Amino acid sequence: MQEFLQNLLNGVAVGAIYALIALGYTMVYGILKLINFAHGDIFMLGAFVGFYSGGWAAVHMQDKAGTWWSWPIAAAVMLLAMIACGLFGYLTERIAYRPLRNAPRIASLITAIGVSFFLEYGGQFVFGPDPKFFPTLVEKHLIRFAGIVTTNYQIIVLVVALIFMALLQFLIYGTKFGRAMRAVSFNFETASLMGIPTDRIISTTFIVGSVLAAVGGILYGLSYPKIDPLMGIMPGLKAFIAAVLGGIGNVPGAVVGGLIIGIVESFVGGSSFSSYRDAIAFVILIAILLFRPSGLFGKYQPEKV
Amino acid sequence: MMTRKALIFLVAFLGLSLAGCAPKNEATGGITASGDILIGEYGSLTGPQATFGQSTHNGIMMAMDEINAAGGVRGRKIKILTEDDQSKQEDAANAVTKLISQNGVLAVLGEVASSNSLAAAPICQSNKVPMITPSSTNPDITKKGDFIFRVCFTDNYQGENIARYAAEQMHFKHAAILTDVKNDYSTGLTATISRVFTSLGGQIVAQQSYANGDSDFRSQLTAIRAANPEVIFVPGYYTDVGQIAIQARDLGMKQPLMGGDGWESPKLIEIGGKALDGCMYTNHYFYADPAPIVRNFVERYKDRYGAIPDSMAALAYDAARVMADSIKRAKKLTGPSLRDAIAQTKDFPGVTGTITIGPERNAVGKKLVIERIRNGQLTLQATIEPKAGGEETVVTPGPQ
Repeated sequence: MQEFLQNLLNGVAVGAIYALIALGYTMVYGILKLINFAHGDIFMLGAFVGFYSGGWAAVHMQDKAGTWWSWPIAAAVMLLAMIACGLFGYLTERIAYRPLRNAPRIASLITAIGVSFFLEYGGQFVFGPDPKFFPTLVEKHLIRFAGIVTTNYQIIVLVVALIFMALLQFLIYGTKFGRAMRAVSFNFETASLMGIPTDRIISTTFIVGSVLAAVGGILYGLSYPKIDPLMGIMPGLKAFIAAVLGGIGNVPGAVVGGLIIGIVESFVGGSSFSSYRDAIAFVILIAILLFRPSGLFGKYQPEKV
Repeated sequence: MMTRKALIFLVAFLGLSLAGCAPKNEATGGITASGDILIGEYGSLTGPQATFGQSTHNGIMMAMDEINAAGGVRGRKIKILTEDDQSKQEDAANAVTKLISQNGVLAVLGEVASSNSLAAAPICQSNKVPMITPSSTNPDITKKGDFIFRVCFTDNYQGENIARYAAEQMHFKHAAILTDVKNDYSTGLTATISRVFTSLGGQIVAQQSYANGDSDFRSQLTAIRAANPEVIFVPGYYTDVGQIAIQARDLGMKQPLMGGDGWESPKLIEIGGKALDGCMYTNHYFYADPAPIVRNFVERYKDRYGAIPDSMAALAYDAARVMADSIKRAKKLTGPSLRDAIAQTKDFPGVTGTITIGPERNAVGKKLVIERIRNGQLTLQATIEPKAGGEETVVTPGPQ
């Protein structure tokens, strides 16, 4: 029972990060029907901005380590990563995807793969291919209850992820921008005829998705301090699976999908099949798509001929 | 019009690719145009095992510069050509192929990670180019052929001593093993450790695996925690080991981890920090050994690189010097001649101990040290030396 709860907790903590990344995939797909393969690399970029700014803070504000100051510093590091990634998300959309808006969908898809490679290998060139170690932004301590052991880091990951998911929910269903976004995703052309500035809505969607990826990157760096320029590939793929699993284009679906992948991975990792952990995510994907081709929460739309 | 343009491109392209195919003839029989003896080095200068390659490169360059400054061998200087394999098997094979077929090196020095040496060894063997691995411990490497040598002990010896020390000196009865399934080094060592540990009356209560480069080890550790072992064997590489230690402590586990020479890196403690206190691993030499040959080496290395040499640097230094010594003794400057000379190496005074190449092309009778991490510092826990001629070993505890 103790082992079960521990695995469940570990799984939820990883799953929350997958969910944050999956939200970016699903939002962009919902609006543009484009799978933004570079999204996992934006996540990597977020972790690296955190690595450099956090490292700078660790050197220049040494006297503040361990005091309450570490909290605003950590928040500033995260904010910086969000701004940098938001900007980068905007630029990729503006430079790589917007010129192809009316091109066949396959062209945008291949461009997305190109942007992904550009970030991965550009990252190896700029940051160097060696793994780096994320700085300790806040002091870590153990928390024990009901026989399971966790750290304040896992709690921070969960709380921050939940806050950002709630903010996104509010953004989509409680603001004018959200209504416009839903309209664009419902029907791109009609929305533009109704006077909705679709280009601006699409840019903003990319920015919001990239900001969430940056948050995921920082939380990932805190939990698993080893970061390198190719670190975005596996979490990116798994988040993509999570988005498809939940029904791509569906926001709550991405969250549920992320949590499922995280929890299943955690249980497989603790069983005697631990070497198949990464394969399991793909097996689940295939199994679910066999029975529900549009994912758990996706709407099945038969094509009319 | 279009076709003419295409034709020009085609001709230009063909010309380029032909130029690429032509042998460079940079060296004939391992000698460059300027008369230097050409030796190839391949190693993981970047990637997850980067410090292995960097330390090895430092050790080799220091040895060769010293030898060249003292007049070289056979009246010639030795030149090292280095290729980075990015800690990857396929790149190790490519690097060695390039060194042999394009640069025409006389012999090859390299790798630390056993999987990479295993990928390169058959290529050296089939080209009749002698290869000395400074620090790959997997037993299968030197079985690839009679051109493949090593100057360190093997995992049979290392694994046996890890298990023996845990069972006989630390009196551990229940152990868990966490294996890196992606590396021959780790799987080989795991097999030996569990065989010896159980034969000494111990019990392996949990066996889990991960793949080199993973970030999350919590699930495996949770399963291990449930089995409640007294010690966890982690025969992996330092980047993973540091993170495994952190995550084990995060789960409230206090057991010491024990591992092999794959832990040896200045990065190990940098990554793992406090989480590694009390953990132990087997190594090839202890940097603070008072023996003059070691002290001397450590001083010169510190002067040159500003860092304490790890055992990868020490073994690389020894391997490079054994290579130079063999070139001196070889009858002719050809692969087979050099192979015979390396095979005859006897009582060569190395930093990591006296090196004698045995009939299976492994260094025989080498000593082994067990290091323990205390307050973020490496300390000598024990020195283990094989008794002359026998399977028995002598265990000397380090200063407390």
